[in-house]
Amino acid sequence: MTHQQPILDTSPKVSDEVRKTTCYMCACRCGINVHMKDGKVAYIEGNRDHPVNKGVLCAKGSAGIMQVNAPSRLRAPLKRVGPRGSGEFEEISWDEALELAVSWLKPIREDNPEKLAFFTGRDQSQSFTSFWAQNFGTCNYAAHGGFCSVNMAAGGIYTMGGAFWEFGQPDWDHTKLFMLFGVAEDHDSNPIKIGIGKIKARGARVIGVNPIRSGYNAVADDWVGITPGTDGLFILSMIHVLMKAGKIDLDYLSRYTNAPVLIDASEGATKGLFLRDEDGKPLVIDRVTGELTAFDKPGVRPDLSATYEKDGVTHRPVFHLMAERYLSDEYAPENVADQCGIPAQRIRAIAGELARVAFDEAFELDHEWTDFRGEKHTKMIGRPVAIHSMRGVSAHANGFQTCRALHVLQILLGTVEVPGGFRFKPPYPKPVEAHPKPHCKVTPNSPLDGPHLGFVQGPDDLALKADGSPARIDKAFTWENPMSSHGLMHMVISNAHAGDPYKIDTLFMYMANMSWNSTMNTKGVMEMLTDKDENGDYVIPRIIYSDAYSSEMVAYADLILPDTTYLERHDCISLLDRPICEAEAAADAIRWPVIEPDRDVRGFQSVLIDLANRMGLPGFTNEDGSAKWTDYADYIVNHERKPGIGPLAGFRGENGDKEGRGEVNPDQLNRYIENGGFYVAHIPQGADYYKPWNTAYQDWAVDMGIYDSPQPYLFQLYSEPMRKFQLAAEGHGERQPPDHLRARIKETLDPMPIWYETDQTGNEGFTVNALTQRPMAMYHSWGTQNAWLRQLHGRNPLYVPTKLMREHGLQDGDWAKVTSPHGEITVPVMEMAALNDNTVWTWNAIGKRKGAWALQEDAPEATKGFLLNHLIHELLPAKGDGLRWANSDPITGQAAWFDLKVKLEKAAPPSDAESQPEFAPIKSPVGQGPKDLAWKVGK
Amino acid sequence: MTQLPTSTERKMGLVIDLDTCVGCHACVISCKGWNTENYGAPLSDQDAYGANPSGTFLNRVHSYEVQPAEGHAQLIHFPKSCLHCEDAPCVTVCPTGASYKRVEDGIVLVNESDCIGCGLCAWSCPYGARELDQAEGVMKKCTLCVDRIYNENLPEVDRVPSCVRTCPAGARHFGDLGDPDSDVSKLVADRGGMDLMPEMGTKPVNKYLPPRPKDTVEDQIDILAPLLAPVAEEPKGFLGWLDKTLEKL
Amino acid sequence: MHPAPSVIIFTTLSGLGFGLLVFLGLGFPAVSGWIAFVFFAIAYALAVGGLMASTFHLGHPERAWKAFTQWKTSWLSREGWCAVLALIFMGLYALGLVFLDQKWSLLGLIGALFSLATVFTTSMIYTQLKTIPRWNMNLTPVMFLSFSLAGGALLAGQTSVAIPLLLIAALVQILYWRKGDQAFASSGTDLGTATGLGARGSVRAFEPPHTGTNYLLREFVYVVGRKHAEKLRIISFVLAFVLPVLLLVLPFNHVFALLAVASHLAGVATSRWLFFAQAEHVVGLYYGKR
Ligand SMILES: Nc1nc2c(c(=O)[nH]1)N[C@H]1C(S)=C(S)[C@@H](COP(=O)(O)OP(=O)(O)OC[C@H]3O[C@@H](n4cnc5c(=O)[nH]c(N)nc54)[C@H](O)[C@@H]3O)O[C@H]1N2
Ligand SMILES: Nc1nc2c(c(=O)[nH]1)N[C@H]1C(S)=C(S)[C@@H](COP(=O)(O)OP(=O)(O)OC[C@H]3O[C@@H](n4cnc5c(=O)[nH]c(N)nc54)[C@H](O)[C@@H]3O)O[C@H]1N2
Ligand code: SF4
Ligand code: SF4
Ligand code: SF4
Ligand code: SF4
Ligand code: SF4
Ligand SMILES: [Mo]
Repeated sequence: MTHQQPILDTSPKVSDEVRKTTCYMCACRCGINVHMKDGKVAYIEGNRDHPVNKGVLCAKGSAGIMQVNAPSRLRAPLKRVGPRGSGEFEEISWDEALELAVSWLKPIREDNPEKLAFFTGRDQSQSFTSFWAQNFGTCNYAAHGGFCSVNMAAGGIYTMGGAFWEFGQPDWDHTKLFMLFGVAEDHDSNPIKIGIGKIKARGARVIGVNPIRSGYNAVADDWVGITPGTDGLFILSMIHVLMKAGKIDLDYLSRYTNAPVLIDASEGATKGLFLRDEDGKPLVIDRVTGELTAFDKPGVRPDLSATYEKDGVTHRPVFHLMAERYLSDEYAPENVADQCGIPAQRIRAIAGELARVAFDEAFELDHEWTDFRGEKHTKMIGRPVAIHSMRGVSAHANGFQTCRALHVLQILLGTVEVPGGFRFKPPYPKPVEAHPKPHCKVTPNSPLDGPHLGFVQGPDDLALKADGSPARIDKAFTWENPMSSHGLMHMVISNAHAGDPYKIDTLFMYMANMSWNSTMNTKGVMEMLTDKDENGDYVIPRIIYSDAYSSEMVAYADLILPDTTYLERHDCISLLDRPICEAEAAADAIRWPVIEPDRDVRGFQSVLIDLANRMGLPGFTNEDGSAKWTDYADYIVNHERKPGIGPLAGFRGENGDKEGRGEVNPDQLNRYIENGGFYVAHIPQGADYYKPWNTAYQDWAVDMGIYDSPQPYLFQLYSEPMRKFQLAAEGHGERQPPDHLRARIKETLDPMPIWYETDQTGNEGFTVNALTQRPMAMYHSWGTQNAWLRQLHGRNPLYVPTKLMREHGLQDGDWAKVTSPHGEITVPVMEMAALNDNTVWTWNAIGKRKGAWALQEDAPEATKGFLLNHLIHELLPAKGDGLRWANSDPITGQAAWFDLKVKLEKAAPPSDAESQPEFAPIKSPVGQGPKDLAWKVGK
Repeated sequence: MTQLPTSTERKMGLVIDLDTCVGCHACVISCKGWNTENYGAPLSDQDAYGANPSGTFLNRVHSYEVQPAEGHAQLIHFPKSCLHCEDAPCVTVCPTGASYKRVEDGIVLVNESDCIGCGLCAWSCPYGARELDQAEGVMKKCTLCVDRIYNENLPEVDRVPSCVRTCPAGARHFGDLGDPDSDVSKLVADRGGMDLMPEMGTKPVNKYLPPRPKDTVEDQIDILAPLLAPVAEEPKGFLGWLDKTLEKL
Repeated sequence: MHPAPSVIIFTTLSGLGFGLLVFLGLGFPAVSGWIAFVFFAIAYALAVGGLMASTFHLGHPERAWKAFTQWKTSWLSREGWCAVLALIFMGLYALGLVFLDQKWSLLGLIGALFSLATVFTTSMIYTQLKTIPRWNMNLTPVMFLSFSLAGGALLAGQTSVAIPLLLIAALVQILYWRKGDQAFASSGTDLGTATGLGARGSVRAFEPPHTGTNYLLREFVYVVGRKHAEKLRIISFVLAFVLPVLLLVLPFNHVFALLAVASHLAGVATSRWLFFAQAEHVVGLYYGKR
C-alpha cells in the first residue's frame, strides 16, 4: 500500500458576513472583525486596518465569543428582595426600574444633589457620564483613575503635558533602547507587544525594571529586579550619573523645558515661584542678548546657566537648582544600591547605555519644522531611547514623584517627542493650564458649576467648602491629596459609610466590582455596604448599580440596571476623553450592535439618557422641554460640546467630509461602520514630532478641534503648582492646610522630583513586599466567566522567591499564612526563581466569591483562588496621634496597592483545603452555567 | 495512509521565537476560536463553568525557568503545538489510517471520520501535541490551519495560521522550511533555530529560535565607563562646565 | 501513564488467553471432546474478553474495524490481524478437537504461532513508543511473551513446564523492573532537550499552560509513590510467581492448581497496573511532572 490521503476542501466558506467593531474585553480597544454565521457570532479576529492593533488580537479579544455567550450575563432589571449581599432579587420591568431610580434621584436633585455619589469605574464614556453628573448637579462624580493610575496621568501632565498610561507611546519604529518600569500588561496591551516585537526583530535592547521577571520582563534583554517602591531612587541616581558626566541634551533643555526659567529667591510669599513678566509669562535670560525676557519671545535662546540679580537677591534658573540637588552624593549609585537592590556597577552601566544610545546613536530625520519661537529647523534629531512605565511606579505612595523623576530623566536625555523617543498621542500634548480645574459648587435643581475633575494649579483650586471641609465625598482635591486629578473612587464607600465628610443618600455605580477585587479591605467594604444604623436602615441608604454580568458587586445593590455586552450596543471612544489615537494620528472609534441582545437588557448610556429625560435634566432637554436625544446613538451623532465639535471627530459635516470640526452628520455612524468602526486623521509629516513646540502640529490640532488656539509650552522640570502648595504649608496665603498635614505637604510636594520612603507606620515585623500582576489573558474579575480563559488561570498561587521558600521550609503546593498589619490570608504557594528575593506576588483578581459569575460554588477560583486585597486597607494603621492616613499617594490620592508589606509563615493546609478567608456563597441571580460546551455556530 | 510519504513537496511549519514570546496566550485562544468553528469537530470543553474545567486545545503556552550557572534566573514562555514532524511516529502508529502526512505540504492531519479514538498517536507523540476530544471521541491536533492557508475566501494576507495572524509580539512565523531561501529558513539559519527532543528522531519541521543572551549590559562597562567620566565633581564645577559647553552650542 | 482498567484487563487476560492457546495449539494438554471444549472456552473467554475490553477506551468503537487497514505500519493493526488469525486458526483446530475428534496439528501450530505473535504485537505497541522509555526496551516483548507462556502453561496444567517458565518470567520481571527504573534517566531525554534550553542552565517548569487539567495530564501523567510501588511490586511478584511455584511444587491438588492460577492472574494484573502506572511519558517533562 502506498501513501494515500483524503481529499480536503482547503477553501471552506469562512463566514456569511464580517462586522467590524471595537473590542471591549479590556480597555485597549482594538479593532475586531466579527465573523457572522446564521446571524450569530462565529469567530473574532483582529482588524488589520485598525490603528491600535493592526490585525493582531490578544487572548481575551479572541475569546470574546465566550463572553457574549457567558451564562453569567444579567437578563433583566433586578430589585433586591433579600438582605444586601445575599444575592436575592426579583426581576422587574425596565419601566419599573427606571421609575424607581427616578423616585430616588429626583428628590435628591431638588434637595441636595451632592447626596448622589455617581462613580463609574472603568468607564469608556467618561465625557458622557460626567456630562450627565454635571447636569444632575452633584459634585460627587469620578471614574476609576484614582485607584488605578492617576500618578502616571498627573505625573505626566504636570511635568510634560502628557502621560504614559494610554496617552503616549515609544517611537517603536526608531527606538533602539526600550526601558520599561513596572509594567506587566498595561492598557496598551497589543501596541506594547507589537512594539516589543518590532524592537526585538531589530535586535535592539529592552531593559525591564520590575521585581518580577515574567511577561515583558521575561523577554527583556536585561532585567533589573528592583526592590519595590525604590524606582525613584534608582532613577535619580541615573540622573546623578548622567548630569555628572554631562550626558544631557543641553540644547533641548534650554529650548523646550523650564530648566532656564528663573526662580524667585526673595523671601516671602513668592519664594520659589517663577519670575514672570506683566503678562504672567515665565522669564529667562536670553543667551544672545543677556536680557531678562519672556521665555517664548521669538528668537530667544534661553540661557541655562545665567542668573539674575535684583535688590541684592540672586535669582537662579531651575537648572542650577537641579544641579545642586542631583549632583549631591546622596544620589551616587553607591549610596542607593543597597536600598534599590541594584549593584552600583549596574546602575552606572544602565545610565551609560542610556547615554550611549541617546547620544552616540543619535540620528536625523529630514523633516522640516518651525518652533513656537519662529525658528525653522531643517531636521529632527532622533535620540532612540524610549521609556514606558505604569502601575509598578504608579501604585506606590511615592509614585507621583517617581513618575516625575522618570520624566525628568527622559527630558534630560532629550528623548521626549523626538524621533526614537517617547511620543504623545492626541489630544496630548496639552499643558496643565489647558485642562479644566475641578468644580464643586452644588446648587439644588441646577447643574454643577463646571466639570468635576481637573488639574489644580494651587490651593485656590482645591475642592473645599466655605468652612474648609472637603466638598467631595471622596475628599479629592483637599489638603490630604491636593492634586487628585481623577478623584478617589476607593474612598467613596468608606467615607460614605463613616459619614465623613458627610452622609449621602444614593450611591450609583457603573462597572466597578467594588465589593470584591477593585476595593481595598474587601471584607470591611462588604460590611460597610451591609451595615445598618440604629433604626435598622442601611448606613448607605440606596445603591444603584449597572453591570452586565453576575459579579460580586451585584449582590450588594438595591437596584440593578443590566447592561448589554460589547457586541450588542453603541459606544463611543471619543477624542473628548480616552480616544484610540496613535502618536502619528488622531483616531476615534465606535461600537455598534453587531448582534441584538437576546435578554431584557439595555445599554447603560442609553439608560442614563432615559433617566435624564425622565428627570428633565437641563443639558438633555430642549428649550421646549422635549428630550434632546432618545438614546446614546442619537447623542453620539447629535451632541455638540462646542459648535462643530462632538463625540466623534470623523465624517462630520453634512456630507461627512469634515474632520475634527464640522456640523452634525446624521449619517455619521454608518460612515464609521463602513470604515471599520473607527476614524483616523493622520498628522502631517513635519508636524509629527516636537508637538508641544511645533507650529505645524499646533495648527493641525486647532483645526482638529483639539485646542481652540495654539498652546505651546515648556516641560515643567520644576512644578510651580507644587511649590504653591508648599508655600501654603509654610504659612503663606489665605487657604491654609490643617497643621497635622503641613510637614507632609512641605516634604512631599517638592517642585523638583524627590524620592521618599513610603509611610511605614505599623509595618514593624512585616518585611516582605507583596504585589499583584495582571495576567495577559484575563481582565480583572470578568475574564473568569469565560469558559476558555478560565482554563488558563483558574486559580492563583502565591509566588514566593527561592530564598524565602527555603527560609520557610516551603515546597510547591504547601500553604502559607500571609499576614499584613491589616489582615491575614492562607493560600497555596509556588516557587519562582526569577523574582526579587524579598517579594511575593500573585495574579490579580483571579479569586472569586462563591456564587458569583454563574460558576459552580466549588469552582477553583472560589476555593483555591484568593485576593491580596484582604491584606490592603484603605487607611494606614493609626499614627501616634491616633490619626489614620489614607493608604494613598499624599499628592494625588492614588491608591497605594503595591506598598503592601507582609509576613510569611508556613501553615497547615486549611481543613477544607480552601484558601482563607472564605465567605458565604451569594445566591446567583442568573443560575449556573451548563456543564459541557461544544461550540459551533455554523454547521 | 499511515505510511509516511517518502518526501513532501514542501515542509510547511512554524518558527517560534522564544526571545520574543511574552507568553500572552493569544495564539492559544485564537487557535481555539478558529478550530472550534472550522476544520472538524469543535474543540469541546468539559465542566466549563465548574470545579474542574478541561477542554481541547491544539496549542498551549508553557513557561520555564532557567537558572544559569551564574546570574539571574530567566523565565521563558514556550508555546507548543504539533511540530509536523518529518518522521512522525503519530502517523505510523495509527491503526486506521486516520492520521496522515500530506504530500504537498507535509502537514500532519487527522481524518476525523476514520479515527477510532484509540489514543495511540497521542502516546507516540513526544510533544503532547495531540488531544482526544472528550465530546467527539476523536483525536484533535494542530492542522496548521490547512483551511486558512489556501483558503480563497480569505484575502491573501490572511492565508496564514490563525495563531500567526494573531500573535501580538510577532513571535510566530509561518512558511516553507523545506525551502532554504524562504524567510523562515533564513530566520532559522540566522538565529540558530533548534529542534525539540532531537533524540526522538522525529525530525520536527517546526523550529524554535532560542532566547538571545541576557543580562549583558554590565559586560559592556569598558565601553560605557569612559562615557560616564565626570565633567566635574561639584555643582560649582558643573556650572563652569555648563558655561563652557553652552558657548560651544 | 494512566493505568486504565481497560488496558490492564486487556493485556492481562489476553496474554493469558493467548498463552493458553499456544499450549493448546501445540497439543498440551492433549485434550479432545468436552474437556477440549472447556479449555478452549477458557482460552477464548480470556483472549476475546481482553480484546473486547481494549475497545472500551476507544472514542469510536463502532469504527474499530478500520484498525485492520494499517498492518504495514501499525503494530495495533498487526495485533488485530494476528489476533483474528490466531482465533480463526485455533477455532478451526478446536472444532476438529471438540466435535470431530480430529487433531489438525498444522492448524494448531499455525494458531499457536499467531497466538504468540498476537502477544508479541501487543507488546510491540508499547515497546515501539520512544516516548515512554520504560516500555521502549527489548525486555518489554520478552516480558509479555514470558508472562504469557508461563500463564499459558499454568492454565494448561503443564506443571513441569510451568515451573521453569514461571521462574524465567520472574527473572524477566526483575530485570525489567531494574532496567525500567533507569530507562528514563538513560534515555537522554530531559527538560533540557525537551525545551532546547538545557545548554543555558538548569530548566524548571514554572507555570503550566493551564491551571486545570487536560487530556495529556490525565492520560500520561500518573504519579505512584515510590514506597507504594515497591509494596505493589512485592505483592505482584509473590502473587504472580512465588505462590504459584510453591503451590505447584506441592503434591498436585485441583484446589492448589486453581489457587495458583488465581494468584498468578492477580499478580500479573498488579504487575500490569505497575507497568502502566509507573511508565513515564516524556510529555510529563513539559509539565514538570513524570
Ligand atoms: N490583560 C489585562 N490587561 C489589563 C488589565 C487586566 O486586568 N488584564 N487591566 C487594565 C488596567 S485597569 C490597568 S490599570 C493596567 C495596568 O497595567 P500594569 O501597569 O501592567 O499593571 P500591573 O499588572 O498591576 O503590573 C504592575 C507591574 O509593576 C510591577 N511592580 C510593582 N511594584 C513595583 C515597583 O516598585 N517598581 C517596579 N519597577 N515595578 C513594580 C509588578 O511586578 C507588575 O509587573 O492594565 C490594563 N490592562
Ligand atoms: N490587589 C489589587 N487590587 C487591584 C489592583 C491591583 O493591581 N491589585 N488594581 C486596581 C485597578 S488599577 C483597577 S482598574 C481595578 C479594577 O477593578 P474593577 O474596575 O472592579 O474591574 P473588573 O473586575 O473588571 O470589574 C468591573 C465590573 O464591570 C462589569 N462589566 C464588564 N463589562 C461590562 C459592561 O459592558 N457594562 C457594565 N455595566 N459592566 C460591565 C464586570 O462584570 C465587573 O463587575 O482593580 C483594582 N484592584
Ligand atoms: S488588548 Fe485584547 S482585550 Fe483589550 S481591546 Fe485589544 S483585543 Fe480586546
Ligand atoms: S501569541 Fe505570540 S507572544 Fe503570545 S504566547 Fe503566543 S507566541 Fe507568545
Ligand atoms: S508533533 Fe507529535 S503529533 Fe505532531 S507530527 Fe510530531 S509526533 Fe505527530
Ligand atoms: S486516535 Fe485516531 S488518529 Fe490517533 S491513532 Fe487512533 S485512530 Fe489514529
Ligand atoms: S497553526 Fe492553526 S491549528 Fe496550529 S496552532 Fe496555529 S492556529 Fe492552531
Ligand atoms: Mo486600572
